[in-house]
Amino acid sequence: MAEKRRIELMVCTGTGCFAGGAFQIIEELNKELESFGLKDEVSLVATGCNGFCGQGPLMVVLPDNIFYGWLEKKDVHYLVEEHFLKGRPVKRLMFMPPDEKEPFPLLSDIPFFKKQLLVVLRNKGIIDPEKIEDYIARDGYLAIEKVVASMSPKDVREEILKSGLRGRGGAGFLTGKKWEIASQQIKTPKYFIANCDEGDPGAYMDRSVLESDPHSVIEGMCIAGYAIGSNEGFIYVRTEYPLAIKRMGIAIKQAEEYGLLGRNILGSDFDFTIEIREGSGAFVCGEETSLIHSIEGNIPEPRQRPPFPAQTGLWGCPTVINNVETLANVPVIITRGADWFSKIGTETSKGTKIFSLVGKINNTGLIEVPMGITLKEVVYEIGGGIPKGKKFKAVQTGGPSGGCIPSSMLDSPIDYESLQKAGSMMGSGGMIVMDEDTCVVDVSKFFIQFTNEESCGKCTSCRDGSEALLEVLTRISDGEGREGDIDFLTELGESIKDASMCGLGQTLPNPVLSTLRYFKDEYEAHIKEKKCPALVCRNLIQYYIDPNKCVGCLLCIKSCPTEAITGESKFIHIINQENCHKCGQCLEVCPPKISAIIKVTGSDMENLVQLSEIISCKEWKKNHEYS
Amino acid sequence: MPKLTIDELQKMRETTRKGIYLREGNFRGKVIVHMGTCGIAAGAREIMNAFLDESDQRKLTDIMFTTSGCAGLCSEEPIATIEMKGSPPVKYRKLTSEKVKKIFNEHIMAGNVVKEFVLGIGSERVG
Repeated sequence: MAEKRRIELMVCTGTGCFAGGAFQIIEELNKELESFGLKDEVSLVATGCNGFCGQGPLMVVLPDNIFYGWLEKKDVHYLVEEHFLKGRPVKRLMFMPPDEKEPFPLLSDIPFFKKQLLVVLRNKGIIDPEKIEDYIARDGYLAIEKVVASMSPKDVREEILKSGLRGRGGAGFLTGKKWEIASQQIKTPKYFIANCDEGDPGAYMDRSVLESDPHSVIEGMCIAGYAIGSNEGFIYVRTEYPLAIKRMGIAIKQAEEYGLLGRNILGSDFDFTIEIREGSGAFVCGEETSLIHSIEGNIPEPRQRPPFPAQTGLWGCPTVINNVETLANVPVIITRGADWFSKIGTETSKGTKIFSLVGKINNTGLIEVPMGITLKEVVYEIGGGIPKGKKFKAVQTGGPSGGCIPSSMLDSPIDYESLQKAGSMMGSGGMIVMDEDTCVVDVSKFFIQFTNEESCGKCTSCRDGSEALLEVLTRISDGEGREGDIDFLTELGESIKDASMCGLGQTLPNPVLSTLRYFKDEYEAHIKEKKCPALVCRNLIQYYIDPNKCVGCLLCIKSCPTEAITGESKFIHIINQENCHKCGQCLEVCPPKISAIIKVTGSDMENLVQLSEIISCKEWKKNHEYS
Repeated sequence: MPKLTIDELQKMRETTRKGIYLREGNFRGKVIVHMGTCGIAAGAREIMNAFLDESDQRKLTDIMFTTSGCAGLCSEEPIATIEMKGSPPVKYRKLTSEKVKKIFNEHIMAGNVVKEFVLGIGSERVG
């Protein structure tokens, strides 16, 4: 067939856009392109995650580089006719930031993309992850070619060590060093494991790497196997990532067919195989010794280290476990050189890091930024700031193991050391932004609830310690906090850190300790004044209808699921506090121009005017006109 | 599927790279066929096909083909604008497949504007 393609539509089919209906959009696009006779000229590519998940379903039109977001099936006909046939890009489907008047047509102009630096995600949105040819065209498998043709395992290890690449799973151990330790072990066989057991709430970096560029991980694993003398690799993925597993499976099969996996890779004497192992989503399996137990078919509980897995790992053999993102860095370092890589980032943290930017932020999505970028740049420039003009409160990094970083520290750079100094950690890259409506006690409670459920139960400190933390936090948020609770939380938190064996326990108090460090006054307000300053903790707040504003429209009455609101048309409505479950539904439905319903907490609750009898809005106004 | 050797992998990289050139964005020129209602009625579709055929015959990967709306001078349609890197855009008027052949050979391939078909050179003034 003649090659007449002049436009390529890169439609994102990451999990986010998939859930948003990307495949229905593709189907519709195919239909419309067909009916306009553009099938030969315009081709469709289903890519992995584009990153700008908040705009999904989305696509990028190449070569013009035009970005369309929030696509709906009904837009497709118009879009195909206007843009692809007549060449008039459709403005209303382009990205429109909240404070701007004109949309951004070009992907490269959108601030969300502008500040990013793509190393790991170099192929995102550009290749079809289910086609090995696309990966090869983008210098894929060039690194393994270079390795088997001209480098010794030692050369490879030294190159990775020299690059300064550190583990992207959380702890930040030097990757080259880990490989070195494993290569020194005499015992064989040696195993290699790629860790894609991503469990942090709100984090999906590793999933996206597998979904958008699985071959980069395969190539990274191959190189790692060569460097440490291993011929057998496993990739440990959560079962909850069906799309990642499917694409990884396809990629492995393709690589095997081409002889890029298996025996005598590229005609050399190096053999390497990869097997997928599915985990069933226990958070503790992300911890390397638990993960090993899980692959072996045993109960996933961690064990004491040392000996480290690099010495005694899977089935008692030397085993290296690297995170998926770490591995996707490896081929680029080999192709472009350690010197190139180490120029990116800071003194101790080299390269880039992927973060999933979620929470109270305008531009939700997956971003890759150079190490050393400040939190402020991430939140305000890439993230586009906080929605609805609310105030920034804190950013939570590192998931349940990390901590909250307050606005006073927004200027600090993102690197392993700075985040640790701030009482948080790099973690695997979750970044949850919180605004003024977020209560820190509530957030701590959420994370401790999570770790408490996920604790494997082996260590008392973690199992019972998290239980005790949760009990106290629940009490505080219920308004039953006592004098001495803060000291207790601090002391217990420190003890759990000291006494737990694995990373889960050692880091679980971090959300509590870091919020105590920066937001102690909020804890105190809960305990002493029985007040939740962010108006979140249900037992400490009240919904109240301001009689000066209520117009008696009945909307709140109709929406209340517990029938707690009384009133008639044009009569001031009253919330009966005893029946109110504080679901907030009334506040949602009260029209913005009326805004009669407010939330109050603490001593403010006592100063409210309580109506003793039903009164019409008119009469109330008359009585209060001059007051 | 045969197992690849290093040479074969390199060869494959060369061929596959051609398949994704639209995504890499290294273009030395751009052809814009004006496809307003007037352009389409005057036969802009054939003109686009003719351009694409010419490019395909030469296996070019460095010319971008795109469409645009009415150029404003409907009586002169089909119109195409050719923008080669470093030169001002050139608009050609009343195109036919034959004219496209000549323009492709002389302007796009050799860099010489085909004066006899030109409507205008340069951009319009934007106030």
